[in-house]
Amino acid sequence: MAETKKEPKKDLMKLVENSSIRAERLEFEIGDTVDVHTRILEGDKERIQKFTGVVIARRGSGTRENFIVRRIVNGEGVERIFPMNSPKISKLEVVRHGQVRRAKLFFLRDRLGKATRLVERRPARKQA
Amino acid sequence: MAVGLLGRKVGMTQVTDETGRSVPVTVIEAGPCTVLQIRTMARDGYEAVQMGFRDKPRRLAIRAERGHVAVLSSKRSKAKAEAKIEPVAKANCEPQRYVREFRTDAKDQPVEVGAKLTVELFKDVPALDVIGMIKGRGTAGAMKAHGFHGLSASHGVQRAHRSQGSVGSHAADRGHSGKIKKGKLMSTRWGNERVTIRNLKLVRIDAENNLLLVRGAIPGPNGGYVMVRKANKLK
Repeated sequence: MAETKKEPKKDLMKLVENSSIRAERLEFEIGDTVDVHTRILEGDKERIQKFTGVVIARRGSGTRENFIVRRIVNGEGVERIFPMNSPKISKLEVVRHGQVRRAKLFFLRDRLGKATRLVERRPARKQA
Repeated sequence: MAVGLLGRKVGMTQVTDETGRSVPVTVIEAGPCTVLQIRTMARDGYEAVQMGFRDKPRRLAIRAERGHVAVLSSKRSKAKAEAKIEPVAKANCEPQRYVREFRTDAKDQPVEVGAKLTVELFKDVPALDVIGMIKGRGTAGAMKAHGFHGLSASHGVQRAHRSQGSVGSHAADRGHSGKIKKGKLMSTRWGNERVTIRNLKLVRIDAENNLLLVRGAIPGPNGGYVMVRKANKLK
């Protein structure tokens, strides 16, 4: 049955989703090398684990938004998908800005060794 | 059985719980619902509470619907007044779009006609049952409609991978007629029927916006109307 009111749906969904979205957005861009600090539970102790790598993709919206971080461990590519709004991510630090021209860096998966390097980007210029 | 609420399925999303895990939830906009009528054993032969959800524009409501929720002057009502027949209690609200009844019994908290029920009703309730109409699928094959496994993907099966297979033999239980057994499950029209999903965990109540968040999926399309009640077969 068609509703007569103008799309009440979207607003209600936003109300719900806003409760699960982190207050401070994680600031980074595609191609950045980042340290992701995640809280993990070992027994009943909590400790912080760091995962360092290049952000190669970002997808989804709202509570489902997530990003992929890729790094090389012992010559083997490892990718981890982090939910953007997970409270388990305590901190995200940008180590290095990479200069890239696309939103998805899946081409890095086909590269080995030196070829995986990205050109470093200068920090954003201030508007004069 | 207790009184529940009527509502509308808003859609699905995910929220994080206190431990930081993502929970898949369905958002239901439930209530406020107006009690329209009380069914009693003496008058109707059964006990129930009739409720309405969402005002219906008056241009869409027929006179009977308006007369059901408020007192309308009519020849009949005047005749009844003259005969000193006590008028039935009315809710005095707008005509309602979605009207359903919840069966009740003596153990339940009594409610009055005209009362407004909100999601506060489900405070401290661990789980809910949701009743709605599932989406119609039209003519569906035996695999979708009845959960048949179909035929093999390989081993020489040709163009019949989703088929139901054999439907009977020459002598299958019906003498030598060669007819198929009655009630044999085949492809059929499926969906668009009333379904109850039981024991959906109540994740959150948003009293301000009349929202209920239940874990998991509920029947029907987004925007479809549903009945919500406290789970009556709690696990």
